[in-house]
Amino acid sequence: MIAGIRLGRGVRLTTMIVAVLALCLGFALGAAATSARATETPAPTPTSTDSGDFTTTYTIGGILRDGDTLVAGAEVTVEGGDFSEVATTDDTGRWSVVVPGKGDYTVTLDPETLPDGVELRDPDKSSATVSAGEWQTNTITRSFPLGADTRQTTGFFEQFLQRLAAGLNFGLLIALAAIGITLIFGTTGLNNFAHGEMVTFGAIVAWVVAVLLGINIFIAMVVALVLGGVFGYLNDWLLWKPLRRKGVKLVQAMIVSIGLAIALRYLYLFNIGGDTKTMNVGLSDAVVLGPVRITTGSLISMLISVVVLVLVGLFLTRTRIGKATRAVSDNPSLAAASGIDVDRIIRIVWVLAGALAALAGVMLALYRQVSWDMGFQVLLLMFAAVTLGGLGSAYGALVGSIVVGLFVELSTLFIPPDLKYAAALVVLILVLLVRPQGILGRKERIG
Amino acid sequence: MDWGNIFGNAVGEIISPTTAAYALAAIGLGIHFGYTGLLNFGQAAFLLIGAYAFAIPTLAGAPLIVAVLSAIICSVIFAFILGIPTLRLRADYLAIVTIAAAEVVRYIVTTTGLTDFTGAANGLSGFKGTFAAINPIPEGRYGFGPFTYNEYDWWIRIVGWALVVLASVLVFLLMRSPWGRVVKGIREDEDAVRSLGKNVYSYKMQALVLGGVMGSVAGIIFILPRAVQPANYTTGLTFFIWTIMLLGGAATIFGPIVGSMIFWVVLSLTQGILYGAIESGALSFISTTQAGQIRFILVGVALMLLVIFRPQGIFGNKKELSFSV
Amino acid sequence: MSNISEPAVVATHPLVKGEVGPGCAKTDPIVIADHVTRQFGGLKAVDVDHLEIPRGQITALIGPNGAGKTTMFNLLTGFDKPNTGTWEFDGKSLAGVPAFKVARAGMVRTFQLTKSLGRLSVLQNMLLGATGQKGEGLFSALFKPLWRKQEEENTARADDLLARFKLDAKREDYAASLSGGQRKLLEMARALMSKPELIMLDEPMAGVNPALTQSLLGHIKNLKSDGTSVLFVEHDMHMVMHISDWVIVMAEGRVVAEGPPESVMKDPAVIDAYLGAHHDEDLGDLMEDGPNPVLEAERKAREAHPEVDEGPGYGETTTPPAAERER
Repeated sequence: MIAGIRLGRGVRLTTMIVAVLALCLGFALGAAATSARATETPAPTPTSTDSGDFTTTYTIGGILRDGDTLVAGAEVTVEGGDFSEVATTDDTGRWSVVVPGKGDYTVTLDPETLPDGVELRDPDKSSATVSAGEWQTNTITRSFPLGADTRQTTGFFEQFLQRLAAGLNFGLLIALAAIGITLIFGTTGLNNFAHGEMVTFGAIVAWVVAVLLGINIFIAMVVALVLGGVFGYLNDWLLWKPLRRKGVKLVQAMIVSIGLAIALRYLYLFNIGGDTKTMNVGLSDAVVLGPVRITTGSLISMLISVVVLVLVGLFLTRTRIGKATRAVSDNPSLAAASGIDVDRIIRIVWVLAGALAALAGVMLALYRQVSWDMGFQVLLLMFAAVTLGGLGSAYGALVGSIVVGLFVELSTLFIPPDLKYAAALVVLILVLLVRPQGILGRKERIG
Repeated sequence: MDWGNIFGNAVGEIISPTTAAYALAAIGLGIHFGYTGLLNFGQAAFLLIGAYAFAIPTLAGAPLIVAVLSAIICSVIFAFILGIPTLRLRADYLAIVTIAAAEVVRYIVTTTGLTDFTGAANGLSGFKGTFAAINPIPEGRYGFGPFTYNEYDWWIRIVGWALVVLASVLVFLLMRSPWGRVVKGIREDEDAVRSLGKNVYSYKMQALVLGGVMGSVAGIIFILPRAVQPANYTTGLTFFIWTIMLLGGAATIFGPIVGSMIFWVVLSLTQGILYGAIESGALSFISTTQAGQIRFILVGVALMLLVIFRPQGIFGNKKELSFSV
Repeated sequence: MSNISEPAVVATHPLVKGEVGPGCAKTDPIVIADHVTRQFGGLKAVDVDHLEIPRGQITALIGPNGAGKTTMFNLLTGFDKPNTGTWEFDGKSLAGVPAFKVARAGMVRTFQLTKSLGRLSVLQNMLLGATGQKGEGLFSALFKPLWRKQEEENTARADDLLARFKLDAKREDYAASLSGGQRKLLEMARALMSKPELIMLDEPMAGVNPALTQSLLGHIKNLKSDGTSVLFVEHDMHMVMHISDWVIVMAEGRVVAEGPPESVMKDPAVIDAYLGAHHDEDLGDLMEDGPNPVLEAERKAREAHPEVDEGPGYGETTTPPAAERER
């Protein structure tokens, strides 16, 4: 990078970053006044052994659940030395006992107090011990696995259809966001790790508008879509365009996007707190379609996703700008030489990507509530979708997304639900082993 | 505001075992990215594997040496699993696969199905006995000022930093050798190196394994002063290690060490100052939790600024270390 | 393709067993390739039925743009995988052998877009070229006494080659600071560090200024007198005429003609390949088809910023190939 002529740009970039920082703090301070909620920061903190003994409350607790049902009214006894106390689980299945200090305790669940039909998975494990050496934190959790596989209560085929519908829904909303990733990658070569935060952005906007302000969810959707587009535009205008001018390399840009993702993610956490927000907007009524039960929210979100995806497809294939976008993806220098304003196309791609990601965020919020890191949780699935489909191909992203969505949901028929994301990522790795170019990627290239 | 205490805590971070663990993990990442150009975005997984593969055998009653070997062997196996499908592919595929694999192992240790082995979301604790048993330091408190610790805390610090020094010496010896020349060549253009008769795939694998083993040993140091908690091994951990590596300079000997020290001292300082300001009423409108979050917003912004304006880090040579792709 | 008229000139040649013609057998071949094809989508980039490269000679591989010369290079050296075909080097089959083993077998190549390693010094670049280094093993690398002596020998050889290529003054500089032509020289010198049997040069003259061209020609001739076989791809006809012993002409993926330089230029198949129907222009001038505009632009860009040998910047990628490094 040549210093002299780039001085002006350097100054501009610095100004930009200072501006972003100031904006962050402004946001932060403004929002702090409204919602100063205590949340835990899940990032690693350097707690050493000799700190952390200031507080005097030590708690043993847990959540009782039978499959997806939370168990209320069960009694758990905590004993240790002279100490003995009984806790009863509340409506959310939670129980906790404040104990006098660090030490050995025996935690026993009374099977008699469990609701009818609910039993310990392993009757011999009605009690568990907490040993003195375990007290690294002030809270110790003990869980009691309950019930056999409750999923067997409905037929496998019904389960399958149910999951299929959920998977399709999930796949479509991943596709909405993933197309943005693939268009950005295609036109600029950037793997945008901050894309998840664009998704979260849409969800938060929708939550603020629909829940906090109580405005109709469809209006909230439009607001999120528009603000998402603006957010994408600002991303390009404030950060990525100056970086392109500066001649920043691909890996460098990728790490910048990681930094941006961290900053934005914690900014969201700072502003909305770490608890999960419910999207209670009256779209959770169930509709029964043959053997499949689906919420109106999911149905509407699938419908909107399909319509929007078709529109994006038409945009890319039928309009001048869409064709220019594909030309830039194919060969930027050639596109530039043939009179296409590459910068303008990239800007449009960012706006489109921001809007689509925000829309996907709203759908995701309807599908499974709002939290500060929700976008980041699905970021890898979006990357998996894009990679599966073949980096840089919009149709590939769609196909890859559906595959990922279906796989995530259908895998729960066979493996524990808390491993469903893992399953999708394992598939990604396996596909790369046998077909590195992705499902639709071209194996060969003229060169 | 108790400035003495704030600075004391911050200065204490310089030699804390956490700082040593992050430095060691960053040295390993430096071998991956700094010297060989491998985009490993899953360094957290190596720390996780080191932690669990050390803690599980220890809790099952294995002696220290067996537990350490188990950590090393598991990380070697993991490196092979990561490397075999991806080291032949373009660099960004490695990035995506490593980050995905790191999440996969985290999901696996967190799943309730494996509670008996991994403790699921609670993690593991109570594995310090074997390490504490070989501590030659007699019981008591030693040191001066902010550096006053009991015998166990000194023991972790001594072992942790000795391993950091050992790893640095190893990297120094390797990188001045023809082996180092080959991997530096690969960092820039692997086809060129391939055309000169070097088995690029094998070198990349060696680098991945070596850096991964360092990550896994770092994982052991990281858990010795605390418990194993799966929530510590998110991609956030990986990115902090990246920040540390880039801060000091990716392909330098002292970069990761100094980077880690600066990272933790600054985090501790900002935390101390923000908390102090909140307690004294100077910052009344944010909570201490939010103060903790501000620090991570700053980490994100610092990472961006660093990569844009000083990609070679503090110690790096710009000609050698600017990004090649 | 348009092989209607037979080559009218020479029927025999000392290098050739039997009659001279496309795919003719050599008396002492170093490379023999059979039925090598490479398909890109619908396009057959290489479709070579039989090809032999003479040992100890300077062989030129020429042909119009898109004739498949570089692809052929990539296939023979293991940098690309053919759809069909076998080939052997020095009697050993090299089909399906990875690129690094091809190089170890004694068949070393250079690249059209120079791949000097800009962030290593010139000397380090040279040392990288040496083969069989003990210090390149992970464990022996840790103990300098194990490889110090070998390193000193290699350094001496590198210095010798650098002096021959007039790069000795640049010994300690980063290779990125060299001019385009010096990088070509460095790449060639580096390839020689491995003492190859056959050196394959992909457009050694592209982007090299005329002053350096002469010395490059000299170096190539010296290689031959040292007993190294040379195969090179080139556009510059005058250079081909000047130094090559044998010329192989490719067009549309096939070998359409071969022979000694004087006679091959008069071969109607060659003229067809280059000109199609326009026969009346002077071939020598036309074949000197100005430098490829894209490469030229790239070279200029490089020379404008000599201290950085950059990969594609963010936002200036070329085609995002789904699996460029897929092998």
